[in-house]
Amino acid sequence: MPQISQILETYASQFFWLLIVFGLIYFTVGRVMLPKVEATMDARDRKIADDLAAAEHARAEANNLGDSGAADLAAARTAAQAKSSAAKAKAAKDADARLGKADAEISAKIAAADAELAKATAKALSGIETVAAEAAADIVAKVSGAKVTSAQAAKAVKAVMSHG
Amino acid sequence: MAGESGKIDPMYQFQIEPLAQLNIAGYDVSFTNSSLFMILVLGALWLFMWGGMKRDLVPGRWQMAVEGVTGFVNNMLTSSVGPEGKKYVPLVFSLFMFILMANFMGMMPFGIVPGLHPFTVTSHLTVTAVLAVISFGTVLIVGFWKHGLHFFSLFVPHGTPWWLLWLIPLIELFSFLIRPFSLALRLFVAMTAGHVLMKVLAGFVINGLNAEAAWVPLVVSIPSFILMIGITLLELLVCAIQAYVFALLTSLYINDAVNLH
Repeated sequence: MPQISQILETYASQFFWLLIVFGLIYFTVGRVMLPKVEATMDARDRKIADDLAAAEHARAEANNLGDSGAADLAAARTAAQAKSSAAKAKAAKDADARLGKADAEISAKIAAADAELAKATAKALSGIETVAAEAAADIVAKVSGAKVTSAQAAKAVKAVMSHG
Repeated sequence: MAGESGKIDPMYQFQIEPLAQLNIAGYDVSFTNSSLFMILVLGALWLFMWGGMKRDLVPGRWQMAVEGVTGFVNNMLTSSVGPEGKKYVPLVFSLFMFILMANFMGMMPFGIVPGLHPFTVTSHLTVTAVLAVISFGTVLIVGFWKHGLHFFSLFVPHGTPWWLLWLIPLIELFSFLIRPFSLALRLFVAMTAGHVLMKVLAGFVINGLNAEAAWVPLVVSIPSFILMIGITLLELLVCAIQAYVFALLTSLYINDAVNLH
């Protein structure tokens, strides 16, 4: 095992070079380069923490803005709803009133038309009676030669017609 | 790797060979292949860290990797020591990265270039011992600096019954003093054993292919090769785990020194 058999010849050289090399490593790498690397890492960590805090702050602000915006929106919506329901109610009332008026007009017209019709029917009926009575009187005169007064004829016609 | 007899020596990879002679104050401090790999580790670590210093707000892949490792070590120390652990991040990070890079550097396939072979710095007791002493020394210095002689209360845990006061401090002292050895030996043994196992399996593959009988490659080399793929992956895992264990134990020991029990 050369590590042990050579130890007496080589220990001085090993110690000497190791101390030089390790000293260089400690004073250049450990004391100079390492702190720079760590400073970079610390600066980055600080920057990330700062940025996160700023982002959190911005988020809280945005949340606040969003909340008030939502409230505004809700208020505007209720106002709009109230307005629209009022308009709807008014429109329904107007329509009802107009409809009622039109209904009354139409029913009045219908009633007038009915009355006229009844009058016309009555008139026509009475016309028919007179004509029928004259015709009956004529027919009696021609057939039997008997003279029938128009009043008698009318009575007879009326009796027949009511029997129908 | 192959010796002169054609045998494959699994220990040859740990041999230290001088590349340039150097003598300071009577000590032989030659630049060796071990020193070369330490320098390679240093270069790789510099490159790695340099790629992570672009300081972008949105990190790229490389910067992400570097920040991942630093964050990992940072977490380890803050979770085991507490907020005071931040002070020891440079030391633990240096230990962790040096061990990790050295372990990985020893796994690099430099062997495909004839005449070269990777050298695992952390498979040497001399190296792991120095690292363990650095870790243990830090604990001692921090402990006595912060608590003075009160640091010895570490050896008397809370709730020790008075009739055990002669035994518990002894056991605690022993377990405390054994720490540098366990730190050094664990890393050294793990890296050595893994590399020996890999080299032995590689020897099976090569010797099986060179065998006269035609059935040997089929029966020996192919299964060994398949096994080697798994062992190599396992070794890579061990490389990372050993570096992690060393760093974690160091931070736990530092916790002892900073907060006592």
